[in-house]
Amino acid sequence: MNDDFSKMSCVEFQDRMAELIGSGEDLTAHPHVKDCADCRALLADLQTIAEAARQLFPSVEPPDEVWEHIESAIKRGD
Amino acid sequence: MSDVPTPTQSPQRSRANGGGGAAAGKPATTQPPNAADAEMLARAQAGDHQAFAQLYALHKRRIYSLCLRMVGNVAEAEDLTQEAFLQLHRKIATFRGDSAFSTWLHRLAINVVLMQLRKKGLSLISLDEAMEPNPEEGPSRSFGAPDLTLTGTIDRLVLEHAIADLPAGYRLIFILHDVEGFEHNEIASMLDCSIGNSKSQLHKARLKLRDALRAQNRLEARP
Repeated sequence: MNDDFSKMSCVEFQDRMAELIGSGEDLTAHPHVKDCADCRALLADLQTIAEAARQLFPSVEPPDEVWEHIESAIKRGD
Repeated sequence: MSDVPTPTQSPQRSRANGGGGAAAGKPATTQPPNAADAEMLARAQAGDHQAFAQLYALHKRRIYSLCLRMVGNVAEAEDLTQEAFLQLHRKIATFRGDSAFSTWLHRLAINVVLMQLRKKGLSLISLDEAMEPNPEEGPSRSFGAPDLTLTGTIDRLVLEHAIADLPAGYRLIFILHDVEGFEHNEIASMLDCSIGNSKSQLHKARLKLRDALRAQNRLEARP
């Protein structure tokens, strides 16, 4: 793995994306991103997806039957 | 029906990280419990059924939502929530307070889900595939023209469906990392896989989502 960011290939940069996205690092200033329009576009997409995912999945109440089943199982000694 | 008061009602007060998944950041509250919570927990640990019902009322929403995100199926999520709280009932006396109770319960629930997924034959170890992507299975590395980038808005429903359609292993790691807020080292520990595997599967999951969202964009762009 090439740790010199300024000399990274696209493949090497992509391999680092999973840890870079969401790390808090400002990736727009990353040397490879500055020089590579394709990786810049990919990065923007993946960041958009990661951000959108965080807004999904509102918390939901389980139906009352779940507690009824739990309580029955406890009473049975399961 | 129960002689225990209101376990199926939501607690009146709000909980840290009680809603909205990782929008709230880390997977479980790090706030110290207040005296009432601590007393309730102690009573539940001593076998007080009413206190256990109160614990259920306090944590049911977060645990059920977690199960639902991880398996993407209402009936399974209900079964897993039930199993998680039954395990909690069996193990609650072993909680020693080394971590926040909510964190401990969150981990317990995740382990219940993982056990279920393993029973169903989910293989989490597919690093070989990650290193040598199968064009039939894996997401493409292609970048696409700038006019096909997603930057801007993402249709919520399309993204939800795309996540639901991810292979189970990808979805699991995506949910744990991007939605629940776990770090790769924590995921690797939970799933008994390498940190590299966790990173690689997350990246592939995101790429698959991108492919799915771009395909949808293409469909919508057709005259």
